[in-house]
Amino acid sequence: MRIDFHAILPELVLAGTALLVLVVDLFVERAKVVANYLAIAGTLAAAGALASLAPGGTRVTFGGSFVVDNYALLFKALFLGSLLLVLFMSTRYVSAGTSYQGEFYFLVLSSFVGMLLMPSSRDLLMLFLSLEIVSATGFIAAGFRKGDARSNEGALKFLLIGVLSTAVMLFGMSLVYGFTGSLRLGEIAARLQAVGGEPAAVMSVFLVVTGFAFKVSAAPFHFWAPDTYEGSPVPVAAYLSVASKAAGFAGLLQVTFVAFPSYARYWAPAFAVLAALTMLIGNVVALAQTNIVRLLAYSSVAQAGYMLVPFAVGNSGAPDARSKAFQAVLIYLLYYGVTNLGAFAVVTLISQRQPANLLADYNGLGRRSPGLAVAMTLFLLSLAGWPPFAGWYAKFVVFQSALGAGQASLTVLAVFMAVMTVVAFFYYLAVIGRMWLSPPLEEAVAAGVPSPSPLLGLSIALSVAGVIVLGILPGLLVQYAPLSTLVASR
Amino acid sequence: MVGVKWFDSWALTLAVFLPLVGALVLAALPAAMDYLVRVASMVVTFLALLAGVVVLARFDYGAGATMQFEVDRSWIEAIGTRYHLGVDGISLPLLAMSLLLCFLCAVYSSRILPEPVNARSFLALLLVLETGMNGTFAALDLILFFVFWELVLVPMFFIIAVWGGPRRGYASIKFFLYTVIGSVVMLLGFLALWYQSAPQVADRTFDMLALQELGPARFAGTFGTLVFAAIGLGFAVKVPVWPLHTWLPDAHTEAPTVGSVLLAAVLLKMGTYGFVRIALPVLPDAARIWAPTIGVLGAIAIIYGSLCCLAQRDIKRLIAYSSVGHMGFVMLGIATLTTAGINAAVFGMVAHGIITGMLFFLAGSLHDRYHTRDIVEIGGGVASKLPRWAGIFTLSCIASLGLPGLAGFWGEILAVLAAWNPAPGLSVPLFRTLAVVGMIGTLLTAGYFLWLLQRVNLGRVPDRWSGKQLGDVAAVEYTAWVPLVLLIVALGFAPRLVLGVTNPAVTGWFANLFR
Repeated sequence: MRIDFHAILPELVLAGTALLVLVVDLFVERAKVVANYLAIAGTLAAAGALASLAPGGTRVTFGGSFVVDNYALLFKALFLGSLLLVLFMSTRYVSAGTSYQGEFYFLVLSSFVGMLLMPSSRDLLMLFLSLEIVSATGFIAAGFRKGDARSNEGALKFLLIGVLSTAVMLFGMSLVYGFTGSLRLGEIAARLQAVGGEPAAVMSVFLVVTGFAFKVSAAPFHFWAPDTYEGSPVPVAAYLSVASKAAGFAGLLQVTFVAFPSYARYWAPAFAVLAALTMLIGNVVALAQTNIVRLLAYSSVAQAGYMLVPFAVGNSGAPDARSKAFQAVLIYLLYYGVTNLGAFAVVTLISQRQPANLLADYNGLGRRSPGLAVAMTLFLLSLAGWPPFAGWYAKFVVFQSALGAGQASLTVLAVFMAVMTVVAFFYYLAVIGRMWLSPPLEEAVAAGVPSPSPLLGLSIALSVAGVIVLGILPGLLVQYAPLSTLVASR
Repeated sequence: MVGVKWFDSWALTLAVFLPLVGALVLAALPAAMDYLVRVASMVVTFLALLAGVVVLARFDYGAGATMQFEVDRSWIEAIGTRYHLGVDGISLPLLAMSLLLCFLCAVYSSRILPEPVNARSFLALLLVLETGMNGTFAALDLILFFVFWELVLVPMFFIIAVWGGPRRGYASIKFFLYTVIGSVVMLLGFLALWYQSAPQVADRTFDMLALQELGPARFAGTFGTLVFAAIGLGFAVKVPVWPLHTWLPDAHTEAPTVGSVLLAAVLLKMGTYGFVRIALPVLPDAARIWAPTIGVLGAIAIIYGSLCCLAQRDIKRLIAYSSVGHMGFVMLGIATLTTAGINAAVFGMVAHGIITGMLFFLAGSLHDRYHTRDIVEIGGGVASKLPRWAGIFTLSCIASLGLPGLAGFWGEILAVLAAWNPAPGLSVPLFRTLAVVGMIGTLLTAGYFLWLLQRVNLGRVPDRWSGKQLGDVAAVEYTAWVPLVLLIVALGFAPRLVLGVTNPAVTGWFANLFR
């Protein structure tokens, strides 16, 4: 079997950087932050490798298990962009917090290698492998604050629930293999059609979906999210909430729309219920939070709920409905990613002086640091879905795909999503209100707001620009979304 | 005449986006250059007003039924929405009113700013608000309309929340959440219209004019009724239609002076304009079904608003409830589905905007001097303390209660007359009853305004105020108020100034809908 090394060049570059960072840490005593800079350089190199893959059509290698097409390129670009922002955020945070910098960056980079593999994986084994690479490194990165009991607890919960879900998923995958005799997504799709409505086969499909549902923190598989985000270092929470979730969705998209479209009549309604439950739990529990990271965790659970709504369209017979739904998920992931990374960047900055991450730390931020407060306000409003920011367009596209499917149940789901959006405004506004209306706490004033490192400032600025530009001119990115190559080819 | 042609296609874009550009410029200026900031905001609003004035001059009033100064460019291909602006006889008076009031607010704010004084942030928010308001009146695409509609929420939230009165946190959040709920339901309605507009995704449209063409043919039956309810809900929260009005008294009372002025004068009109521009033309059959309900709610609002006013001790809250009542007249006019009714409604919108804007300016200036809004605490005798203020206040109050010869009269009387002869298909006895209820409402309106004038203006100055030096109307206040006073009188004597603009549009395309 000939391996197309050009196709896997971004992954190779990133993996090489990961190893380099780990080794460099051995030889450098003082300025361990050089690991961060090396990681950034490696990411940029990987981005360059990715750009070199853009022209040249679809590449298939590893006997068909690994495909680089437009869909994969788009997701890889999203992941590398997120990685860059996460690395920008981590510079001072990590160097101030720990002496194990090389190890930290190794873990983050390895996690992203797994994420890069995910959208290219076209058989169940590769999907499982990518998922595991992302998860395993994520478990350790989440528990990086060794001395903090909460970090240990969060990481352990993440591990246990993650391993359980993966075991269930693996069982499902083996059943699917048993029914279809193949691991390739395309072949599975064809053969499942022949298997028909065998109950065990349907069950196996649900079991496979479960593993991904855990990764995207869909309810009721979301219980790890708040504790894990709260316990992990803030940049880790950032990438768990954005990139790791996106990887899960990439896998979910492939599995549902490519491998199991013939069973859409079973999983589409299930996704509708899953989406409704996730939105409900995420939004309602977020109302009660007093910790900003937990609030953002529940908010990202709710956002995952919004992103699950287009999956419920999978069974629609309306023309274009399925490809529109597919595009809606992609657009939402991109727009949500930009916004959420920005929000976490601000949280990272504030938590450098006030590590408790309480909502009360944000009181009076408008007076203490107006620029930062304006940026955070923009991010929260975009997450809430207020025009003309990016988040509004993303929600609109999801509404449009749900209403365009022409099914009464989906219209009800869209109405429910609208109600949940309003509920979400309550807690986003609460934070905004705190920043601009409440007087700051004395401890906060005494601690002061640290001035951001240049890279952190850059990441916030890029996110703000992204939120505004993508909201007003969504056409800039949306033109890449009709990637029906993935959907149409099956 | 290249320059003129250029202007025709850029006029509305300038009127809508110049304030936004101004807001960005203000945000870039250093906070220390306070004076420059205030001057810059006046300049920007004046330039936008200038664009509006030239539009008024070049508008073809005979062809008021057709869209003029149109701009139609592609915006977001992927979802089928376009950047489509235009004005006709119905939106022009409202756009002009919005531009004028924003300029006058900027003039007022050049000297008088609410505590804590932060000219740059306050004026920047005001300018963003202006873009949202102007854009709503000029937009001809549902999604563009929606973006401008939502755009006004956050600046107003901050204006109330940071610079408002004692209960500003509660009032601002209530205002925001009420309106957002309505907006989200309205968006779903818009999407339903889009979905139904054509069987093929590529042919579907959000364009208001195109949807109006499709009209009854495609949006009939239960679908139309439900969609009317959805988009009507969004508009109804903004108007506000009783019983969705409970956010209004709190928001108006707690907002700073300029915030109250713009909230009452312009933001409320966005809701009624939505009914006239979108709900009625696109869904005429559903409008016929819902018209009695809207009429009844309008009549209830008139009575309810008046009764609440009689019970108020806070001047601003009283004026806020009077807005509820006046919007009841406007909704009654809309509910009749006749040309007379729509004319009355638009006239009522403009008149109410100017008069109530004036009233909130006056209430704010009184609060600046007395540091209380409570009528009992003020105790009366303002006519001796501040004679000129009292004079303008009297004029505004009697204009608002509908004295013939001043602007407020025509809005009320035309709405009641229109209700006497509703469109064919509507229940004549019901609407005549509503007309009678409306007339009783004018009686109550007169009652509470005259009582307000008596309690505030007349009588002896209480001891606690008799020694104090309270300056009468200042120069900057005169500058801001005189145009409004002149307009109140002018519209009262020459209603043709507004009706002459709206009537061609209303008789032109609107009348055919409800024949």
